[in-house]
Amino acid sequence: MAAPFDLKNDDVVVIVGSGAGGGTLGNELAQKGIDVVILEAGARHEYEDFINDEWDSFAQLAWKDKRTTSGDWRVAKDFPNLPAWIVKSVGGSTTHWAGASLRFQEHEFKTLSTYGKLEGANLLDWPVTLAEMEPYYAKAEAKMGVTGTNNWPRLPGNNNFKVLKAGADKLGYKECHTGNMAINSVERDDRNSCQQTGFCFQGCKWGAKWSTLYTEIPKGEATGHLEVRPNAMVIKINHDASGKVTGVVYADKDGKLQEQKARIVAVAGNSIESPRLLLNSESSKFPHGLANSSGQVGKNYMRHTTGSVYAIFDKPVHMYRGTTMAGIIRDEARHDPSRGFVGGYEFETLSLGLPFMAAFLNPGGWGRSFTTALDRYDHMAGLWIVGEDMPREENRITLHKDEKDEHGMPIADVHFDDHPNDTAMRNHAYKQATALYDAVGATRSFPTPPYPSTHNLGTNRMSEKAEDGVVNKHGQAHDIKNLFVSDGSQFTTGAAENPTLTIVSLAIRQADYIAAQMSAKTI
Amino acid sequence: MVTIYERKPHESRNGLSRRELLKRGGVGALLVISGSAVISPEHAWGLETAALKPETMATLIQVARDTYPHDQVPDKYYAVAVKGHDEMAAKDPAHKDLIEKGIAELDKKAGAGGYRGLGWEEQRVTLLKDIENSSFFQTVRGGLVVSLYNQKELWPIFGYEGESYSKGGYIARGFNDIEWL
Repeated sequence: MAAPFDLKNDDVVVIVGSGAGGGTLGNELAQKGIDVVILEAGARHEYEDFINDEWDSFAQLAWKDKRTTSGDWRVAKDFPNLPAWIVKSVGGSTTHWAGASLRFQEHEFKTLSTYGKLEGANLLDWPVTLAEMEPYYAKAEAKMGVTGTNNWPRLPGNNNFKVLKAGADKLGYKECHTGNMAINSVERDDRNSCQQTGFCFQGCKWGAKWSTLYTEIPKGEATGHLEVRPNAMVIKINHDASGKVTGVVYADKDGKLQEQKARIVAVAGNSIESPRLLLNSESSKFPHGLANSSGQVGKNYMRHTTGSVYAIFDKPVHMYRGTTMAGIIRDEARHDPSRGFVGGYEFETLSLGLPFMAAFLNPGGWGRSFTTALDRYDHMAGLWIVGEDMPREENRITLHKDEKDEHGMPIADVHFDDHPNDTAMRNHAYKQATALYDAVGATRSFPTPPYPSTHNLGTNRMSEKAEDGVVNKHGQAHDIKNLFVSDGSQFTTGAAENPTLTIVSLAIRQADYIAAQMSAKTI
Repeated sequence: MVTIYERKPHESRNGLSRRELLKRGGVGALLVISGSAVISPEHAWGLETAALKPETMATLIQVARDTYPHDQVPDKYYAVAVKGHDEMAAKDPAHKDLIEKGIAELDKKAGAGGYRGLGWEEQRVTLLKDIENSSFFQTVRGGLVVSLYNQKELWPIFGYEGESYSKGGYIARGFNDIEWL
């Protein structure tokens, strides 16, 4: 059963956020007998409550609190107050994610050494290597039930995948399959297998897709060492005169401010909220925000170089049937500067329902060019581009100067400009994807601009040296020993792969480190 | 209140014969105005307005179709998609002003027969292009993205099947049934 902990209990580890990072860390610590309170800004919706309807589900799960945007990215024009498509609910964005679980490539932990200095990019090597991460990747894959690992079969390919595969074969791509997905291809872990329902982004009503909501969290709660407190929006982290953090202030379900004391605080609110919280926790001792002696908090915001290509065929496809991200091509994920850019990208199938296709195919578009595309909705196939984007100091999360939320906390502004490398990569991917669908007989293709960001990364980066970043190789703040960052904001660089598997692996590793440090009484 | 009501074909409202309705309807004779209602005699539905002039509503329906033209989608769905503007106009005078003035300007630009009097879609779209960046057009267009395409009754027309959990997903219902590759 869930263990309710007292607000004054200063022995607990407080984790802000219950997604891939926070939810996993919470369970891992609870399994070791460490008391944990997870404060989650959103409500708790169990998987049977999920809704097979795009707008209704968006209303149920999405983080809709106002944010502002600036920069040359098209999202700032089309969705100025919705820079990110992420979740405010117990389970965080693991309720919404597609399930793609790919390990980073070796060179992606060493981008500065591999790519060299690039003007306008703040490249840096991770203080961690692939070899160090491999045992944790293996633990994460086993925990999450990743297909294509541990002898779990890959998922069967749906119609959208079959079109992708036919095009991949025509273009001579070699590595095309139905992916490494944290979606049960067989019943396991007391959860269903995938029923090809097609609403992965709206929360899996079968519980077949891994989410902390119905795996890590109930397992942690069962130990008696984990309490998840929903509708608890953390607005400030407190510290003592020595600079150690002592607890957090949060607005409870009634909007009333509470303080939860803590021995350790781990921040896992995704890459917009985590730096927002650190910046908002400024004090006379830390006038630029917590853990910010480097000045890097909020900087190096990355969102992957993304985009989609949809194509129409003369015969039906019904791409929306079955797993949303139903297959992958990995050939372009390599680092090969002869293509005109550093780093690489993945192709992954993607489908939107009719309502979201209308909203995202060409935001702002109208007239026959637009509507004749939708007229052939059931003849469409589609894919998503996900590639490594360049970290830039100018791409950053800041606190809005004037606007505040209902708790009086300044709202976040998200600034993003594409690096020329990002643009070159996206254009290459558009060209390849268009050629791929042409090879299968597409009559028209649509290079579709990036959606509001689902992969938000890098705003509390990990670094070897304290002056280069916010946290060390364990996600521990360089400046404050008992303050940790446990989400994708600790990524030094973004790699080409979907981030969740790496976030989970880092959280498992961080739990080992925190437990060891607690035993050694260093924190 | 805006209400969309079904009518039996060829049944007239307020004693108007179908022929009379057609006569009043103007060039296209697709939508006619009767009292405070917009009526589609061909397709047996009507829409009553509360705040906006029924003529304005009829033109707004045409603007909606010209913005997101789907020849296989009946007018009724466009009427449903824009009826929210009448509801908003009833609550907010500024919104009423935005819509009435926006439509009046389109009618003025169109000349003698008004916007609905222009026979070809291209003629009407040319006028819309001119006001593409206006708050009137952006309000109407932006609203349509959700109010038109989120009508479940309309999804089958596009071959979108919607909710699938209650049917057991697609594992036994064609998730991999493509045959032409």
